[in-house]
Amino acid sequence: MTGQQATSGQAFRATLKRDLVIAYKRKNDVVNPFMFFLIVATLFPIGISPDPARLGEVAAGVLWISALLASLLAMDNLYRADYEDGSLEQLLLSPHPLYFLVLAKNISHWLVSGLPVVLVSPLIAYMLNLPDEAYGVLLITLLMGTPVLSLLGSIGVALTVGLGSRGLILAVITLPLSVPVLIAGTITVQQTLNGAELGGYLAIMGAMLVGALTLAPLASAAALRISVN
Amino acid sequence: MEAAETQSGSVEKSSHSILSVNSLFCERDDRVLFRDLDFAVNEGQVLQIKGSNGSGKTTLLRILCGLNDAYEGEILWYGEPVEERVEDYFGSLAYIGHRVGVNKVLTPVENLRWTCSLQQVVEDEALYAALAQLGLRGFEDSQCFTLSAGQQQRVSLSRLLVSDARLWILDEPFTTLDASGVKQLEALLREHADRGGAVMVTTHHNLAVSDLQILKLG
Repeated sequence: MTGQQATSGQAFRATLKRDLVIAYKRKNDVVNPFMFFLIVATLFPIGISPDPARLGEVAAGVLWISALLASLLAMDNLYRADYEDGSLEQLLLSPHPLYFLVLAKNISHWLVSGLPVVLVSPLIAYMLNLPDEAYGVLLITLLMGTPVLSLLGSIGVALTVGLGSRGLILAVITLPLSVPVLIAGTITVQQTLNGAELGGYLAIMGAMLVGALTLAPLASAAALRISVN
Repeated sequence: MEAAETQSGSVEKSSHSILSVNSLFCERDDRVLFRDLDFAVNEGQVLQIKGSNGSGKTTLLRILCGLNDAYEGEILWYGEPVEERVEDYFGSLAYIGHRVGVNKVLTPVENLRWTCSLQQVVEDEALYAALAQLGLRGFEDSQCFTLSAGQQQRVSLSRLLVSDARLWILDEPFTTLDASGVKQLEALLREHADRGGAVMVTTHHNLAVSDLQILKLG
């Protein structure tokens, strides 16, 4: 009956798998942010102007803002259920570094809420008349940027998960942190259209991604410990 | 059933102490929950923590598990400060709180597999055997929201059967169990202690466990 100690890698995989199974069984949580992204992005042409030339100018910004809002909407259920049913306590009592377990939860969360948005973005970009040469860059920036949004959002959620009624506090904490990513993402796409060299801009986004991957889970872990206190 | 009933301060410490606590002080909202609390849990002991509602039983257990750090005093794991041996300590601890740690959309097996995998490698047969032993045969693959509160409690308790943890810290594990469940859990506690483990449990229920130690709070 008794087994050997699990390695941190095994605990990481088990947590990742568990969260993916939960997401599969709670399809609402997966579909909601995705639908939200589609709706917000499709409302812009109605609100601004259906003129293709004008849409093309704002397309990158619209896609990035929609992705940011969708990621914010999806954040809320990252730790909430675990907090309410006590699984979070079990997570904190694991002998493994909390960094890896939190990272596993973040990765699973991005796979089900961030990745679908990235994958559908070319379709929306087509609808918004984004110039042809910017498609590739848009996809790359979203691919690098949305994980950063998830990782940063995780800190805000971890800080607020213990609060009864949270309202807008999550947005107030998370959005200022997300602004640099939004700026870097949209500028990269804009500058490509202006014919600029891409390397430097992508390097900045890459640095943000690496920084978030290495540091944000530590902050989330510390915030979770405070929240269950 | 003999109970060595003691006020805080006199549960005997010995070289076999798994966990010992020295002059623990905790204050919440300007109310002192306990002060100068000294006790120890030894191998082979079942320690019941008694006290009226709000006397700090849950807080004490959460402090011991490191889930609450609003305390002063010393907690020793095999004679060494617990902060210095966190990995070893968490690897040998099974905690079941008020919130039992059972995800509602997962099945009992999936729940058990995850909580166990945080500590050790377990075979699926062991998981199924543990669930069957606690009367959940046939429910292994139902989602947990279809189970009653007592059954969810049993899902959570089945972890104790699979786990190698030496120290069990259980917060009100009897609340939703039926009479046979209570008997079974009492037997489990005794068995664990007889194997050299230790149990700390809070409950208002009169535990029918032989050689029970009691710590009174408040």
